[in-house]
Amino acid sequence: MKSLAELQAIKNKVRANVEMREGEASTRIVVGMATCGIAAGARPVLNAFVDEVGKRQLSDVMVTQTGCIGICQYEPVVEVYAPGKEKVTYVKMTPEKAVRVVNDHIVNGNVVTEYTIGAATK
Amino acid sequence: MRELSLNVLDITQNSIKAGATLIGIDILENMDLDRLTIRISDNGCGMSEEQVQKVVNPFYTTRTTRKVGFGVPFFKMAAQMAGGDFSIDSTLHKGTVVTAWFQLSHIDRPPLGDINATLLSLIPFNPAIDFVYNRARDGLSFSLDTREMRQILGPDVPLNAPETVQWLREFLEENEAELTGGSPSGAST
Repeated sequence: MKSLAELQAIKNKVRANVEMREGEASTRIVVGMATCGIAAGARPVLNAFVDEVGKRQLSDVMVTQTGCIGICQYEPVVEVYAPGKEKVTYVKMTPEKAVRVVNDHIVNGNVVTEYTIGAATK
Repeated sequence: MRELSLNVLDITQNSIKAGATLIGIDILENMDLDRLTIRISDNGCGMSEEQVQKVVNPFYTTRTTRKVGFGVPFFKMAAQMAGGDFSIDSTLHKGTVVTAWFQLSHIDRPPLGDINATLLSLIPFNPAIDFVYNRARDGLSFSLDTREMRQILGPDVPLNAPETVQWLREFLEENEAELTGGSPSGAST
């Protein structure tokens, strides 16, 4: 069974690495987590982003939450902010789509156009 | 909301927006009383009596992006549909306590769902806020207090370090499995 005592070992291990991680996150993935987003399935989408970013050890990518973005009919909505680039808004997200966004867009720099709000409103 | 753990996530977002630094989440299942009690308490900005009365109205919201606020009404509806009830106690500048209870065996009671996914969507994403989680089921219980975690981790290791989050995940999963007899209640996320 996990115990608080194990955190002591984690502390010693992590302290050495923390400084390396302090560098500013360059890309932000923002998941809408208001009532509309949560009801539409934002929680598994958020977790999929966290898992995939963690798996690929993308230390300069930050996954965060926000409230209602105002386009509830398109939830779960995810926005990607990268320095020097225009914001990309992904709509009607799923955990599977999240994995592809990390792989294609975040890692390889190719926006997944078919998941964006531009494609959804056409 | 398909599962009550999503309501918990939703209602707790209100506590975060209220500027709380300490949030309590209680999930208590009492088989003898046939009752599930869910309580979310915070030390945030609180609400006036007038606001408390308005907040259960779906056409009341403080947000500016749209004209409706369904979070609290959804939670209240879920409780009342399942033979239970709902209450808010709030004091301006002191904090708010939201309590909902459900008849466990009621056919319309939504499943609790993946409560651990809710906690893991809250704690690591709000490293400046402390959480106290109390979970009880059928005479068994456990709790988690991030203030205790912080004390051990010290100022250099944040609550959202990947290793800390992994420990948190395993701690919650192992304890929840103990309570539910090895069958994790959170099959879906």
